[in-house]
Amino acid sequence: MIPFTYARAANTADAVVHGSAAGAKYLGGGTNLVDLMREGIEHPAGLVDVSGLSRDITETDNGGVLIGAGVKNTALAENRLVRTRFPVLSRAIVAGASGQIRNMATVGGNILQRTRCTYFYDDTGSRCNKREPGQGCDAIDGFNRIHAILGASPSCVATHPSDMCVALAALDAVVHLEGAGGKTRRLPFTDLHLLPEGRPDVETVLEPGELITAVELPAQPMAARSTYRKVRDRSSYAFALVSVAASLEMDGATIGDVRLALGGVAHKPWRAWKAEEVLRSKAATQATFQAAAEAELADAVPLKDNGFKIELAKRTIIAVLGELSGVSA
Amino acid sequence: MAIRINGTDVQAPSDPRVSLLDLLREELHLTGTKKGCNQGACGACTVLVDGERVVSCLALAVQYEGCEITTIEGLSKEGALHPLQEAFVEHDGFQCGYCTPGQICSAIGMAAEAKRGVPSHVTDDLSTDTIVLTHDELRERMSGNLCRCGAYNGIVAAITETFVEAGE
Ligand SMILES: Cc1cc2nc3c(=O)[nH]c(=O)nc-3n(C[C@H](O)[C@H](O)[C@H](O)COP(=O)(O)OP(=O)(O)OC[C@H]3O[C@@H](n4cnc5c(N)ncnc54)[C@H](O)[C@@H]3O)c2cc1C
Ligand code: SF4
Ligand code: FES
Ligand code: FES
Repeated sequence: MIPFTYARAANTADAVVHGSAAGAKYLGGGTNLVDLMREGIEHPAGLVDVSGLSRDITETDNGGVLIGAGVKNTALAENRLVRTRFPVLSRAIVAGASGQIRNMATVGGNILQRTRCTYFYDDTGSRCNKREPGQGCDAIDGFNRIHAILGASPSCVATHPSDMCVALAALDAVVHLEGAGGKTRRLPFTDLHLLPEGRPDVETVLEPGELITAVELPAQPMAARSTYRKVRDRSSYAFALVSVAASLEMDGATIGDVRLALGGVAHKPWRAWKAEEVLRSKAATQATFQAAAEAELADAVPLKDNGFKIELAKRTIIAVLGELSGVSA
Repeated sequence: MAIRINGTDVQAPSDPRVSLLDLLREELHLTGTKKGCNQGACGACTVLVDGERVVSCLALAVQYEGCEITTIEGLSKEGALHPLQEAFVEHDGFQCGYCTPGQICSAIGMAAEAKRGVPSHVTDDLSTDTIVLTHDELRERMSGNLCRCGAYNGIVAAITETFVEAGE
């Protein structure tokens, strides 16, 4: 690791001042950043520790929840309001990483964790447009079993690895930001991360030095009936090949409303807008679920090794909708 | 501000690159805590920070100023092993022993999480505050600690005797 400075931010204003300096990066639990620094992929000149800021989870007036960016993943998963009103979020978090890592990881850091593409990690041996823009991408013709099937580009086929973020996408979460000069703004979570297009090194719409201060979950009564299903190579402690987060509201035998998001398939947590459109106000049947899954995956493009993900994503969508609606095959 | 390690105040390193793991092993010679992968993946370096289990290899030591760290060396009281250490001996919870300090610290943190009602991936009912540490719950909650010798049966038996059967 190259030398860097370390400072603990006293408050968000102090954090933004230090975080806007050239070469500065925010530090949450360090579980992703420290690893990447050791691998020589990230080389910040200074770390601004924001893990002690905003560690509260509070109920909002309208029945939603406001989650401080410094809240640890375990604390969020175990929170009673979250467990009962937004079970999909608790389930997504405990499906990720290990008990130890969840105790360290913050909400802000989880959102901004970087891809687990093996070529991205291989600083000395592989070409990667995300690490070195314009260098080329060794994953596209390489071993790409874990890579994207939706929204990829000729520049990059990496996936976003977070489980928690898939739930946030389904829950219509809103991200609270603070930038230079104390300027605050709010952003729909689904607009935060970008698809790779020609610049896979630019992963979010955040401005330099912009800090995530909180994540807000608006009230979503149907989320009481929500869940997260993760498919992976071993039953625990592995990243998702495919995952599905969903909330469902039934109106008799008809689907009243639905939220659906996919993980492991794209450069960003993938909100399944097309599938939702197919599902709304339709009879909750296997045929409807199948049509929704087909619609969402219609644009999927397989690489050499990951074609299985297309069928796997469809089946996982259908299984989760079956589970939530009580209509199974 | 200092870092309190097994009851003794220690100055945080002046170089922020030093991990909590390297501080323990290289500077304080508390070599009970092991370095397996140095990437957060094996759990050998698990220690307790204010009672919570963390992987010390991904922890920058400076970040832990003001915290209370307990390592495997800090578990015995007046020369007597911690009950979980006794149980590991009793149930052959190890072969080479390399993963053992991490397993033991992790299990102590894990038991406190379960007692508090933290759900796991295999918890069916998220509304419950009472977690029953079944075999599946234990294996899931301990999945961040790998044992290359495959001593898992003994490890589960030791944890079960200490935290489930003893009703802790
Ligand atoms: C072995 C292993 C297995 C894992 N398995 C999984 C898994 O199965 N599923 C999963 O979802 N994740 C998994 N993870 C990833 C883990 O969830 C992330 O490392 C963690 O969530 C990152 O959080 P952190 O607070 O430690 O972030 P850090 O490492 O501290 O920071 C990550 C990034 O976020 C930025 N940042 C942090 N806070 C803020 C803020 N408030 N505002 C702006 N920027 C900020 C940092 O600058 C950095 O770029 C795994 C990690 C490891 C090591
Ligand atoms: S897929 Fe993206 S992250 Fe992976 S090597 Fe290609 S450019 Fe880099
Ligand atoms: S050495 Fe820390 S997890 Fe492997
Ligand atoms: S006892 Fe050898 S690694 Fe676990």
